[in-house]
Amino acid sequence: MPKDSGIGASPKRREDVRFLTGTGNYTDDINIHGQAYAWFIRSDAAHGKINNIDASAAEAMDGVLKVFTSADFAEAGGMPCGWQVTDRHGEAMQEPKHPILAEGKVRHVGDPIAVVVADTPDLARDAAEAVEIDIEELEAVMDMKAAVADGATKVHDDLTSNLCYDWGFVEENREAVDEAIKSAAHVTTLELVNNRLVANPMEPRVAVGDYNRANDEHTLYTTSQNPHVIRLLMGAFVLGIPEHKLRVVAPDVGGGFGAKIFHYAEEAFVTFAAKALNRPVKWTCSRSEAFISDAHGRDHVTKIELAMDENHKFTAIRTDTYANMGAYLSTFAPSVPTWLHGTLMAGNYTTPLIYVNVKAVFTNTVPVDAYRGAGRPEATFQLERVIDKAARELDIDPVELRRINFIQPDQFPYDTPVAVSYDTGNYQATMDKALEISGYADFEARRAESEARGKLRGIGVAHYIEACGIAPSNLVGQLGARAGLYESATVRVNATGSISVFTGSHSHGQGHETTFAQVVAEMIGVDASQIDIVHGDTSKVPMGMGTYGSRSIAVGGSAMVRATEKIINKAKKIAAHLMEASEADIELKDGQFSVAGTDKSVAWGDVTLAAYVPHNYPLEEIEPGLEESAFYDPANFTYPSGAYICEVEVDPETGEVDMLGFTAADDFGNVINPMIVEGQVHGGLAQGIGQAMMENCVYDENGQLLSGSFMDYTMPRADDMPMMNVDHSCQTPCTHNPLGVKGCGEAGAIGSPPAVVNAVIDALHRAGNKVEHIDMPVSPARVWKAMHG
Amino acid sequence: MTKVTMTINGKPRSGDAEGRTLLSSFLRDELGLTGTHVGCDTSQCGACVVHVNGKAVKSCTMFAAEADGAEVDTIEGQANADGSLNVIQQAFQDYHGLQCGFCTPGMVMSAAALLKENPIPSEAEIRHYLEGNICRCTGYHNIVRAILAASGQDVPAVAAE
Repeated sequence: MPKDSGIGASPKRREDVRFLTGTGNYTDDINIHGQAYAWFIRSDAAHGKINNIDASAAEAMDGVLKVFTSADFAEAGGMPCGWQVTDRHGEAMQEPKHPILAEGKVRHVGDPIAVVVADTPDLARDAAEAVEIDIEELEAVMDMKAAVADGATKVHDDLTSNLCYDWGFVEENREAVDEAIKSAAHVTTLELVNNRLVANPMEPRVAVGDYNRANDEHTLYTTSQNPHVIRLLMGAFVLGIPEHKLRVVAPDVGGGFGAKIFHYAEEAFVTFAAKALNRPVKWTCSRSEAFISDAHGRDHVTKIELAMDENHKFTAIRTDTYANMGAYLSTFAPSVPTWLHGTLMAGNYTTPLIYVNVKAVFTNTVPVDAYRGAGRPEATFQLERVIDKAARELDIDPVELRRINFIQPDQFPYDTPVAVSYDTGNYQATMDKALEISGYADFEARRAESEARGKLRGIGVAHYIEACGIAPSNLVGQLGARAGLYESATVRVNATGSISVFTGSHSHGQGHETTFAQVVAEMIGVDASQIDIVHGDTSKVPMGMGTYGSRSIAVGGSAMVRATEKIINKAKKIAAHLMEASEADIELKDGQFSVAGTDKSVAWGDVTLAAYVPHNYPLEEIEPGLEESAFYDPANFTYPSGAYICEVEVDPETGEVDMLGFTAADDFGNVINPMIVEGQVHGGLAQGIGQAMMENCVYDENGQLLSGSFMDYTMPRADDMPMMNVDHSCQTPCTHNPLGVKGCGEAGAIGSPPAVVNAVIDALHRAGNKVEHIDMPVSPARVWKAMHG
Repeated sequence: MTKVTMTINGKPRSGDAEGRTLLSSFLRDELGLTGTHVGCDTSQCGACVVHVNGKAVKSCTMFAAEADGAEVDTIEGQANADGSLNVIQQAFQDYHGLQCGFCTPGMVMSAAALLKENPIPSEAEIRHYLEGNICRCTGYHNIVRAILAASGQDVPAVAAE
């Protein structure tokens, strides 16, 4: 096998050719003969009572097929939530109904009220103008703390309050943590906001529903990270369509970042309407519509206390968070501030006692759910910010304070006090590597040079850990997941030796078609060009859980390895028969089966042909054919970690922050394709730097979204970003999956925000300005105000 | 509806357009040239960049009727005559300058326009020129490197080759 296509090589991506020539097949590129077009009429009020909907004028217009309202969905279920959190008192969270179209009330700007379906997109849009909707506006519930005060206006009249849950973790440690904080030599306290973000994959969501009356089969083409999850949720809970009559296809998908995990009302709508109208129905989201209908991310308000002893060892952490759920519970929303956040509060440190309280709150805003990192950035940000603040209070180097408290390499596996057990890691090594690459020791000379130009230079350090490879099904089941989180793979070897791999993972930019083929090529010893990776179609791929939580290679890759091992085992039996040798003596190398200690061999293609033309074949022992499946359920999460360092220059006149350079030293365990891993880190860093420096989703007090387009929501552009220095040479392989991999998709977005803010605060402190904290994004206005009061 | 005719990637193409039909919609929906993408509705993202009479244009910012009689080049016409990737496309693949691929057609078309105007751009000039093209996947790092490579310049070794 050529060395440039196996594990550890960086072959060029095979998917690139179609993307570079305009021949990709994204959902909006799919047009079915006779399709009609849906236009969603959305609430422009944050909170209101629907008094009347009059669609008669619209329905009378030429080319309009129908105007749908909630009355058309009386038989349908609500949009289901896939995770149930149990609160501190053992009670289930409050779970409101999330209808496909608003029933009686609207609860956020963008809440869909009615849908016009017409012959063309323009007709549908024109007709929407003719639908008269009478909404009586109610007070908008916006501030989380006010929302849970007595007497607050309720988002959902049938719930007891706006509190979804009050979660304590680990509840048994609560008093011990209080005690440790009381008796600590030093306690550092920090209050902060983790700003609300919009994922904004460049491809807006699209859904096309098709229905075949002849065989009662539904097909949904959708921009999803996990088509089987959509099939299960929509089929079983919303529309009552059994899986064998429902095909969900997620073709080329233009980025996800979490926002395309969830089951959305528009998917259920087009599937339903295609049958109701007996015509394919297409919906294409505009960017403005995406801002008010895609699930948002983050939006936590937090107070963290870090207790230390006289030797600067961390003794306890207490953190209280208000987490915004928005108006309804999106698919995995309840898990994000709890199990994806609380379990990471140990970070890379030996803190023995931790208590996390999270109050999840309903407000009249777009639902909030997982966005790249999901809970782990919120944990990392508060922890790495409070450590920096503590270092300043104690007048100790922030790197040194981290070193004193790092879990040491000989302490793995390490059981944290927040339920998870880290299998491997070496935090000193990643920190040392980042310090080396970033030239940390020479910072003072660069600072002096900046000072000479009238600029304030700062350096910021953060170390992160994340739990990836989501997730052991039995564990997450105990924690409230209503789904399993295994992954599937089928490896189908064709008669002439080429291989089709069907994976439950889904690629929407990650390059699985290239990297997954590298793994199988390495295992069998055939060229990767002989291997195709098929994903994104429930009619082809076995039931899989999709791509999020940096799980594809760790869980989906492992399933593929297991299936390929079965293939190799069976192929060895066939080869043994062909060579009249003992199976135990068969070796597979570079696509050739040989008998150990002899010069006998048969080629891969001879064995695969024998499997399908079994004239000379051990039919008494094994079946013909060469196709195997595996479902892999991970034994633990994986724990990537790393050290991030950045340098900024602050302009004291304007408060403008210039990002000068960024260093990332990550430990992802083994790496399949270094080029792709580095690309993943670059993208994650851009989103983390974006959160820290410019992105902010802002509502006014009436629930109007002020940052509702790319004119107002500041996406990082090319000249906002520095060149990034990324390294993944520190590798402590995962001990519980066959590839020793940990996952790399979210790391950049998790570790970078605290590094950026730490750098800005550092710059100000070195200039004598004792600002303790600036909330993200560190915009010029905020920095200037912090400096000048 | 009026009939609109233009030369697209060197070939005459005609189709029907309303007065309000955007060039981007005309290309995608009327002519089936779906390589040109639409990523926003405020002319910010640049996924829809094509060349009109040799100049880079966001095709969502002009009406199809305005391009009547024009020479229009889209991503579908960028490859070499033998179907192989052109220098810019090849550099994007070589330097991993794309991930999900959605912004890519606009990026390639903008890069082509940049290199026509400025054959040896500096890193800063590349970043400035790409101001109107948003990518959410790459952090621009490898896009900048790809364009440096496509212009025949040394590429900074801050990431693996």
